[in-house]
Amino acid sequence: MVVSENVAASPGASVFADALDVEIGCAGAYRTDEGQPWVLPVVRKVEKMIAEDNSLNHEYLPILGLPEFRSSASKIVLGENSPAVLEKRVGAVQCLGGTGALKIGAEFLRRWHNGGNTKTPVYVSAPTWENHNGVFANAGFEDIRPYKYWNAEKRGLDLAGFLGDLESAPEQSVIVLHACAHNPTGTDPSKDEWEQIAQVMKRRSLFPFFDSAYQGFASGNLEKDAWAVRFFVSQRFEIFCAQSFSKNFGLYNERVGNLTVVAKDEDNLTRVLSQMEKIVRITWSNPPSQGARVVSITLNNPELFTEWKDNVKTMADRVLLMRAELKAKLLALGTPGTWEHITEQIGMFSFTGLNPKQVEYLVKEKHIYLMASGRINMCGLTTKNIDYVAESIHEAVTRV
Amino acid sequence: MALLKSSKIIATVGAYTPALGVLPLRASSWWSEVQMGPPDPILGVTEAFKRDTNPKKMNLGVGAYRDDNGKPYVLSCVRKAEAQMAAKKLDKEYLPIGGLAEFNKACAQLALGPDNEVLKSGRSITVQSISGTGSLRVGANFLSRFHTATRDVYLPKPSWGNHTPIFRDAGMQLKAYTYYDPKTCGFDFKGALDDISKIPEKSIIVLHACAHNPTGVDPRPEQWKEMSAVIKKRNLLVFFDMAYQGFASGDIDRDAWAVRHFIEQGHNVVLSQSFAKNMGLYGERVGGFTMVCKDAEEAKRVESQLKILIRPIYSNPPMNGARIAATILNTPELYKEWLVEVKSMADRIIKMRDLLVSNLKKEGSTHNWQHVTDQIGMFCFTGLNPEQVERLTKDYSVYMTKDGRISVAGVTSGNVEYLAHAVHAVTK
Repeated sequence: MVVSENVAASPGASVFADALDVEIGCAGAYRTDEGQPWVLPVVRKVEKMIAEDNSLNHEYLPILGLPEFRSSASKIVLGENSPAVLEKRVGAVQCLGGTGALKIGAEFLRRWHNGGNTKTPVYVSAPTWENHNGVFANAGFEDIRPYKYWNAEKRGLDLAGFLGDLESAPEQSVIVLHACAHNPTGTDPSKDEWEQIAQVMKRRSLFPFFDSAYQGFASGNLEKDAWAVRFFVSQRFEIFCAQSFSKNFGLYNERVGNLTVVAKDEDNLTRVLSQMEKIVRITWSNPPSQGARVVSITLNNPELFTEWKDNVKTMADRVLLMRAELKAKLLALGTPGTWEHITEQIGMFSFTGLNPKQVEYLVKEKHIYLMASGRINMCGLTTKNIDYVAESIHEAVTRV
Repeated sequence: MALLKSSKIIATVGAYTPALGVLPLRASSWWSEVQMGPPDPILGVTEAFKRDTNPKKMNLGVGAYRDDNGKPYVLSCVRKAEAQMAAKKLDKEYLPIGGLAEFNKACAQLALGPDNEVLKSGRSITVQSISGTGSLRVGANFLSRFHTATRDVYLPKPSWGNHTPIFRDAGMQLKAYTYYDPKTCGFDFKGALDDISKIPEKSIIVLHACAHNPTGVDPRPEQWKEMSAVIKKRNLLVFFDMAYQGFASGDIDRDAWAVRHFIEQGHNVVLSQSFAKNMGLYGERVGGFTMVCKDAEEAKRVESQLKILIRPIYSNPPMNGARIAATILNTPELYKEWLVEVKSMADRIIKMRDLLVSNLKKEGSTHNWQHVTDQIGMFCFTGLNPEQVERLTKDYSVYMTKDGRISVAGVTSGNVEYLAHAVHAVTK
């Protein structure tokens, strides 16, 4: 069952007690058209391979993690022909999910960035994944600030506000950027907008910390979803990128993450990794092996890699289909308002723009559970419930 | 080849920078001031060992069990549990923040005994943790945030090397109580009681439940009883680290005796458990963190705070190892098999201790090596000093930690003679 702890407006989220319940406020986990969790076929295949390989055991991984996992995971986001990879200035730390990668990065920055000044501002988008705040605050940063991001009125990116906040950010500030499929809005900057963002960040000496939790899952294409990260690297930024394989490999509970570090050169990289090692040792000593093995075997085997990309596209395509259908149905119903954002937004989540009263109506009257913010998880939509959801949204918008 | 690469680079940069033009390379790195961190004293030993090309090399550094062929050992009950799990075709949905419920319950039962009053009354909370380290870390963070009476944590002298940095990073202040007597290579009971009786009230005292790491020296039950009384009198908060239950004596109840005794005596203990060694699940990171509370209501409040602490570190714990452990603990045949396997691991270690001593005698060593067989668990504090340790490593490729600790688990009937020979050579 998806994590019920995160669901604000959903009392019965942990059990589908009522067959009419539509759960679209849950945490980010993919669902099939039958509303079921989906273990990727390639994952089942690889797990079987692991189980049958008697040469494998349960020994400790190195502190920084499984080497084949770290390098292949970094190459997935940067591209194996990335100049940074070729110049040997890319390293990584295997971590416990995307959260763990953010944690290790944050702990490192608190100690070593900007002279270890814990008042160095950390900027997160308004809104952002709610645990971003928690991770950085818990790591010891005292000043976590929002940068303008979501324009509720136009239901899109507030680029001017975003750039304005970057312009006024103190130098050395850490900027947490969503690599793709922004959570919770589903609204990503365009290539041109990313270029403008990068320009300001370079000029203002701001540090980019990417959160990449949905690579492949957003557009169905790995390269497309990594464009922003690769662009920054091509501009010779030093970056951190917290990668999660929870969604794109469906390995949620195995806690597979990777903190990719791109440094100016190998020497700086080596010193950074050595300090990250010390942080890992006093946090979890060394990371869990099962999930990393699955990802590593998959990424390093051409056939399995192709199969995985296919599985990822299956998930992304279903989400894209649901977006298209929802918008089409709302338009067909003549639901007031503009609904372009449903298909313009990308990834698992959509900020519908529904207000709290409309959300309450959906929850109370229609048994449709979504976040108070109006965020829905597209994965909760199926061909069986989409008509009901569209009609209910129509009702909510016209009656409330 | 180089030309091809550079033209690709230029092409890529050219494609990406129409708006930005040519940007000057950064004058320096963000990380110019970052110092090189030293290698981990314990895990660093294995890394040095791997680089050594001597065919006779021995890794007696990290505490990982080896069979008599020097190979890692995957328990048969683990393989069976894994097969059972695979057949179920479970999904991979996130675990709750506090972990797998059936694991947490079984984990607490293993430590406290299934009929423990604490479990019956629901006045404890157990959360799944990232093995022992993760458990200690969560505990240290909790105490740092909520045990406001003091920052002081008392460790036995010596203690596991990673205890200090974990507690320190959590914001605690480290102090020590006498524990090991280098003269006898045994427990300095009087020294310990003396020190403990002077510890300021409400301080936190860390106790190794069994198979003390690094010394292998454990108090006897009568000694534990006296320690419990003094600790109670001093009103100290007890933090048990139990990383070797079953592994020390071969008997899981015997190894948990101290924990259970303290609880019986009214200490509301804090407890870290690891299944790395006793189930051989090292890399799966299986552990538990337990707090014994005043009552069920307090336990619920504590649980909610533990979740708040865990979420910003890793959100929720890894499933695989916890599920293996839960399957073993909750399936009677597998549980029985596990008890037998744990005992056989413990027995092999005890045998190696005997063999080491008898071989040292054969070598002609006149030192008293009784501590090697008196000590218990995976580790042995040989009594070797840093210079001797360095010679052992340099001249004989025997790897161990600087404090003279060896992992007896790395000793086999095939290499025990060589080890005795080397130890004798540097100590005669």
